Amino acid sequence: MSYLEYTVKNVPTGLRKILYVNWPLALLLTAVACVGFLMLYSVAGGSFQPWTEPQMKRFALGFVAMLSVGMVPIWFWRSVAGVAYGVSLALLFAVEFFGSIGMGAQRWIDLGFMRLQPSELMKITLVMLLAAYYDWLPMERTSRPVWVLIPVVLILVPVYLVLKQPDLGTSILLIAAGGAMMFFAGVHWAYFAAVVAAVIGLVTAVFRSRGTDWQLLANYQYRRIDTFLDPSSDPLGAGYHITQSKIALGSGGWTGRGFMQGTQSRLNFLPEKHTDFIFTTLAEEFGFLGAISLLGLYVLIIVFCISSAVANRDRFSSLLIFGIATTFFLFFSVNMSMVMGLAPVVGVPLPLVSYGGSAMLILLIGFGLVQSAHVHRPR
Amino acid sequence: MRRPKRDTALSHRKVTRRGLIVGAGQAGFLGLLAWRMRYLQVDQADQFRLLAEENRIKIRLIPPARGQIYDRNGLIIAENVPSYRITMERDEAGDVDRVIERLSRLVTLDPDEVKRAREEMLRTRLHPVTIADRVSWEELSRVAVNAPALPGVRPEVGLSRRYPMNDEYAHVVGYVGPVSDYDLERIEAPDQLLLIPRFQIGKVGLENQREDILRGTAGTKRVEQNAAGRVMRELDRREGQAGRDLQITTDSALQSYIHARLEGESAAAVVLDCETGDVLASVSTPGFDSNLFVRGISVADYNALLENKYRPLPNKSVQGIYPPGSTFKMVTALAALEAGISVPDDTVYCPGYLEVSDRKFHCWKRAGHGNVDLARSLRESCDVYYYEMALRTGIEKISEMARRLGLGVQHDLPMTGVATGLVPDKQWKRETRNTDWVIGDSVNASIGQGYVLTSPMQLAVMTARLATGRSVTPRLIKSIDGVETPTGHGEDMGLNENNLRTIRRAMYDVSNNRRGTAYGSRIVAEGMRMAGKTGTSQVRNITAAERAQGVRRNSDLPWERRDHALFVDFAPHDNPRYAVAVVIEHGGGGSSAAAPVARDITLQALYGEDPPLEAYPSKDRARIRAQQKRLREARPDYSKDASDRA
Repeated sequence: MSYLEYTVKNVPTGLRKILYVNWPLALLLTAVACVGFLMLYSVAGGSFQPWTEPQMKRFALGFVAMLSVGMVPIWFWRSVAGVAYGVSLALLFAVEFFGSIGMGAQRWIDLGFMRLQPSELMKITLVMLLAAYYDWLPMERTSRPVWVLIPVVLILVPVYLVLKQPDLGTSILLIAAGGAMMFFAGVHWAYFAAVVAAVIGLVTAVFRSRGTDWQLLANYQYRRIDTFLDPSSDPLGAGYHITQSKIALGSGGWTGRGFMQGTQSRLNFLPEKHTDFIFTTLAEEFGFLGAISLLGLYVLIIVFCISSAVANRDRFSSLLIFGIATTFFLFFSVNMSMVMGLAPVVGVPLPLVSYGGSAMLILLIGFGLVQSAHVHRPR
Repeated sequence: MRRPKRDTALSHRKVTRRGLIVGAGQAGFLGLLAWRMRYLQVDQADQFRLLAEENRIKIRLIPPARGQIYDRNGLIIAENVPSYRITMERDEAGDVDRVIERLSRLVTLDPDEVKRAREEMLRTRLHPVTIADRVSWEELSRVAVNAPALPGVRPEVGLSRRYPMNDEYAHVVGYVGPVSDYDLERIEAPDQLLLIPRFQIGKVGLENQREDILRGTAGTKRVEQNAAGRVMRELDRREGQAGRDLQITTDSALQSYIHARLEGESAAAVVLDCETGDVLASVSTPGFDSNLFVRGISVADYNALLENKYRPLPNKSVQGIYPPGSTFKMVTALAALEAGISVPDDTVYCPGYLEVSDRKFHCWKRAGHGNVDLARSLRESCDVYYYEMALRTGIEKISEMARRLGLGVQHDLPMTGVATGLVPDKQWKRETRNTDWVIGDSVNASIGQGYVLTSPMQLAVMTARLATGRSVTPRLIKSIDGVETPTGHGEDMGLNENNLRTIRRAMYDVSNNRRGTAYGSRIVAEGMRMAGKTGTSQVRNITAAERAQGVRRNSDLPWERRDHALFVDFAPHDNPRYAVAVVIEHGGGGSSAAAPVARDITLQALYGEDPPLEAYPSKDRARIRAQQKRLREARPDYSKDASDRA
């Protein structure tokens, strides 16, 4: 008789579960999404079309999906973790063969009603699988080489497929999230130290290999790194994104130029202003105060997740919550670093704010798992 | 899935510890983000805000409207007309090839232009590139109507130059064209305007010479641009100064008549107003369509102009220099009279030649004229008389008189390549030829051959000065923006009036005395009679052998070797109003080829319209009637336009 099974009688049932949902978290998510609606409205020049209205519909759908997922008992999700991972992996293989080409990368499958990005799905299912794996794995085996190798393979197979698309941003996110899961589960420090050392070696190798026959990255990826290191070298070409977005951020000042007054985004100086670079619009129009407020909202979401994870005595649940919170953290921190010139432009959207259907839907489903863990926590 | 038993408390502690470690790491990273945000948004705000302004606000020049050019009656010679062009922006167009393909179905595109536009688009993705210039209104409308299918393509309106009287003013007014690198190199500190691609500046003629007045100054406007360089709105503007309008002294009706009259010849004619020095007409034929140059002339058209043996491009009336031939005889005669070396009644015996230092200088009349005085020598154009005068007077005095009369000096006219011509003297020959002046040079110069070279404009000035005794100077610009410029009335030259009268009287005889060389081209209307002088200048040496066989007639020679025909006159002879000079290149004899043309031009100027047939000798009238009819049909009627304007 497992720990969960005998405490199940304390778990709320039926519609009463609604009351036990982590409502502060749900409200915070909605608040962030509202910031997104506002910015999309502004970027469109004061119009609900073409971005705000679809985004609102998708958020509504995603919010319902989150609650629905949250109503399903967490042990169900634990038992389907392997299947979910398998399906994501199969879809990733599928985009290799019949995916659509968009924005220079082969990333999604057209389902008719929406375009599914399997790499997005993989971010959640990888976390689920690893949480389930470490829940199943006895503690004393966690740091043994064989049992460390298995999750590493589970992480690297999808990473390889995503990298082939090519989508550098998502592969980095997958590695970081997977690594974090292993860390949470208690894998020995030494492994991480070894990996960090290896990464440093690899980075050296990547730069050394440039221009030779066996260079490790595509040319566009090298160029992105170059422009990250020196954006002013080519202000109208490859460095254009970073230079212009820094100008937008900087021109915001303390309080910004006012809603719908940002010249950089309204005049199209900002690239992909409604997706990856939407944060610059916010920073330009609402200034430092606006930007730090959004950061504050994100921090609160993380804080609520961590407190929920810490309070949850089920290993699968807390690992899952930590994992999803970390994924979320990685999303917005990488995006913000990118637009502020702290990281190369790798194409990671700002979670819940950037325009984009499947990313938002899948993120909300991930938070649905957090809600499920929260509702069905052992009491 | 069966769950193994485990120490849940231990597991929980471990996960919590690790989770909090990661949470702390995250907090640290967020602190870094917040610090970076503050750095960019607060510490560096001023710098970035400036950059943002620079990004979006651009200063654009507003090209000024070029000054228009009118003739003395207010007829437009050069005007600005709206011109339509189609521009394309690569960023907005997306698939450039497809858009060009679609556009080509609506507008005829020049493949060269498209190729150039494509190259420009590759270089700059931020600025619109002209893909079709000077499209018609219909084509422009078609593009505008189909705008949704043509992203990035925009119809635009600008001003471009048009010369409604294309051929007739091609030489005087010249033309404008797009500024070239060559132009820019020659100008120090070029105006900002010249840096606008394809900005039009005067290239030749008045357009070029008075560019300073015509161009105006640029205005500026500050506009807000988006990243694609597209103007979103105008923030403010400072108007420039439009170019000033020029009114020139020419009479388009006369100009057009002369142009038609000289059709088919390589010739030049100038009509001056004796009172003011106004250039009433300055014609060089053949002409060319100056509008071709504004559009950018095709290589084929340009080569055709270059290869034409009648040389349409130079302005022969001021640029062309010719030996003045017998029209120079007034200068020699007046120099001798003024120097007191001869009196009008002195006679010289003409045996048909004069032998000077073992060389025979022939008179055009082989048999000789016998005893000739000044009046007869001019009337019948005896050469020997002038040879003798040159020997007596010397080249220095002749040259000095020539310069006083306006030969060998560059007149200040706003036209391209205004020639100085050449009035030789001893010093000139030593400096340029390194040999001493010989007496034969003086003999040649006395009848306007040898080194002497004059332009038709100079001959007209000489005639006007002889007619008035004043140093009449030619004037082309009548007024600038309505403000009259000083006339070329001129001061009295201080010549002896009796001497002048003698010359004028002899010139009167040239076309009114039965024995005069231009008697056939006289004017019979009372009060309109003209005084003139024929000239026939050799362009080849007549060898002794040829002379022995009999000099070949002009009509037997190839065109390039025939003599130039010249005629100068003023009318009315007793109250000079107009001075005329006509040069017909390789036209043959002055009396047969140039004099009739000069008479027609003089009459046209005197009457201001087709003269009555009564002004012509009765035997010419039938021919003149036919000629007037033919020329009326050949030229546009500007007198009607002028009355419409009034």
